[in-house]
Amino acid sequence: MTKKIWLGVYFVVTFALVGCGGEPATQTSMASPSSAAPPIGGGESDETASTAGTGEARSIGVFSEGPGSIAGESLLNTLVVYFDFDRSEILPESRDLLAAHGEYLLANQSARLRLEGHADERGTREYNIGLGERRAQAVRRVLLLQGASLDQMGTVSYGEERPAVFGSDEDSYEQNRRVELAYRQ
Amino acid sequence: MKLINLKFRIQALSLGCILGLFFSTLGDVSNGQLLIEITQGVERPVPMAVVPFAWEGSDTEPPMDLANLITSNLTQSGRFQAISESDMLTRPTLPVDVNFQDWQLLDVDVLVIGRLSEDSPDRYTAIFQLFDTLRGEQLLGFRLTSSRSELRATGHRISDMIFRNLTGLPGVFETQIAYVSDDRAGPERRFRLIVSDSDGANARVVADSPEPLMSPAWSPDGRKIAYVSFEGESSSVYVQTLRTGVRDKVSARLGINGAPVFSPDGRKLLLTLTMEPGNLDIYSLDLAGQVLTRMTRHPSIDTEAVFSPDGETIYFTSDRSGGPQIYKVANRPGARAERVTFEGNYNARPRTSPSGEELAIVHQVQGNFRIAVVDPSTGLTQVLTNGMLDESPSFAPNGAQIIYATRQKGRGVLASVSADGKIHRQIVSVEGEVRDPAWSPFPRI
Repeated sequence: MTKKIWLGVYFVVTFALVGCGGEPATQTSMASPSSAAPPIGGGESDETASTAGTGEARSIGVFSEGPGSIAGESLLNTLVVYFDFDRSEILPESRDLLAAHGEYLLANQSARLRLEGHADERGTREYNIGLGERRAQAVRRVLLLQGASLDQMGTVSYGEERPAVFGSDEDSYEQNRRVELAYRQ
Repeated sequence: MKLINLKFRIQALSLGCILGLFFSTLGDVSNGQLLIEITQGVERPVPMAVVPFAWEGSDTEPPMDLANLITSNLTQSGRFQAISESDMLTRPTLPVDVNFQDWQLLDVDVLVIGRLSEDSPDRYTAIFQLFDTLRGEQLLGFRLTSSRSELRATGHRISDMIFRNLTGLPGVFETQIAYVSDDRAGPERRFRLIVSDSDGANARVVADSPEPLMSPAWSPDGRKIAYVSFEGESSSVYVQTLRTGVRDKVSARLGINGAPVFSPDGRKLLLTLTMEPGNLDIYSLDLAGQVLTRMTRHPSIDTEAVFSPDGETIYFTSDRSGGPQIYKVANRPGARAERVTFEGNYNARPRTSPSGEELAIVHQVQGNFRIAVVDPSTGLTQVLTNGMLDESPSFAPNGAQIIYATRQKGRGVLASVSADGKIHRQIVSVEGEVRDPAWSPFPRI
């Protein structure tokens, strides 16, 4: 119940931010429920993209018709959204990123996006499939609210089966709790 | 207390040294092959000797070293300690040649002798006898015939008979384990579903894919395995017949198709599906008619279901209270779910013991994930392992052991623990990562 309210508050804030033209994300009063911050913020995250997951879906060429501003393109080049442990709420640092992708999908009705949910290796495998699904659905809901349409997006959850990095430390875990945005031609 | 502990540890250590055994595989698997080592046995393992079997046949060497196989099996159970062949004063193969004093001198309590003979081409007879050396009497004696390819199974069967006679428990040496190997060495990641004998030997590939394979589950007759495959970029559940390799895609619904387990009668599968987008619930699938019945209805994650042995109850993981906990629900549509676990904030992936009196689960203790057993009627939880990422527990069909996945130096390996937590065995794959073990039922003869 509280989760629903929280998410609702978040959507309102997200829209407000989008309206402002996507300023760099700053800490707002809406703190994330867990203290651990993901390693990389919404902005310049080429490094994230290169370390995470399968390569081919992150081709930048897809976005040649995307929104014109430099800032927008850099956000669109970021194709990973991170999460806190055992949580599926969208973190404040992912808002601008998702706003940019939502705008792009709205502007490019032929664009198709697959949302791949993942979890870190802690916890049981099938439960983590559930967690990855929940994360993919959270991203999907935000993109729908940004104007993307239902038939533009599909979801799949790999749970902990396809980690971005192999490793059993907090650093690896942070990179593995994610949703990857995979555009299809 | 400390002294006892130390003594115990030394004993466990020496046992570990003696029992470091290696297996060669008969199948075509170089990856995911397993090697078993006792890390902690019972405090006073029974001292025993298995004399090399006499051999009569056309070849100079016997086709199977039965004594070696029986020794491996029994010592790997953690309940026996075998003397080496070189320490034996005599090597009798006939009862008349057994001098019990010889064995009492070596502190050997039980003795196994036997003969293997080739009666006709591809027809072998194995005879074995089990003696109590203190009383000087025979406890067991049997004659078994088999073809050449069945000789390993015969060795396992003899081990099972000896084990049962000495411990009162049915042996599980003739059973099998299914597990997933993850090969990251090549240019492409390979996921393989493997079935091997319970001693790790005779490993063979059941399924091989560049996309994840997970959650193998045995049919109650031991002839089929249900599993999840991500081939085709989404999850599907398959049921594959081991003997023929024929497989059926039984569930490829939109969203998640996961966590399959068979019903005790083998006619149904419990599955986790997302018939409402993003909402994982438990469904029962009638395999003959593809009839789907919804068993849970809740916006939380409901998954990892398993039947009680009588088929009356379904246990599952749900985070409806916030974090994952074990729940139970009667096996009929619309029944109300009740929470089972209350100790700790993470309890998941239940598997029922063959008696139905216990659940093996994954239980979080101080940030570590460990295997625990829970009494479903009281919720009382007993932690059995001490790893950081222990998961996927599965009971042996005799209920005496639980196999599970753990980590050794960051690598995925299998291990087993006795249901009382006293015997610990590590089952390390020679190469690659292994995980997701499932112990087969008893073979149907």
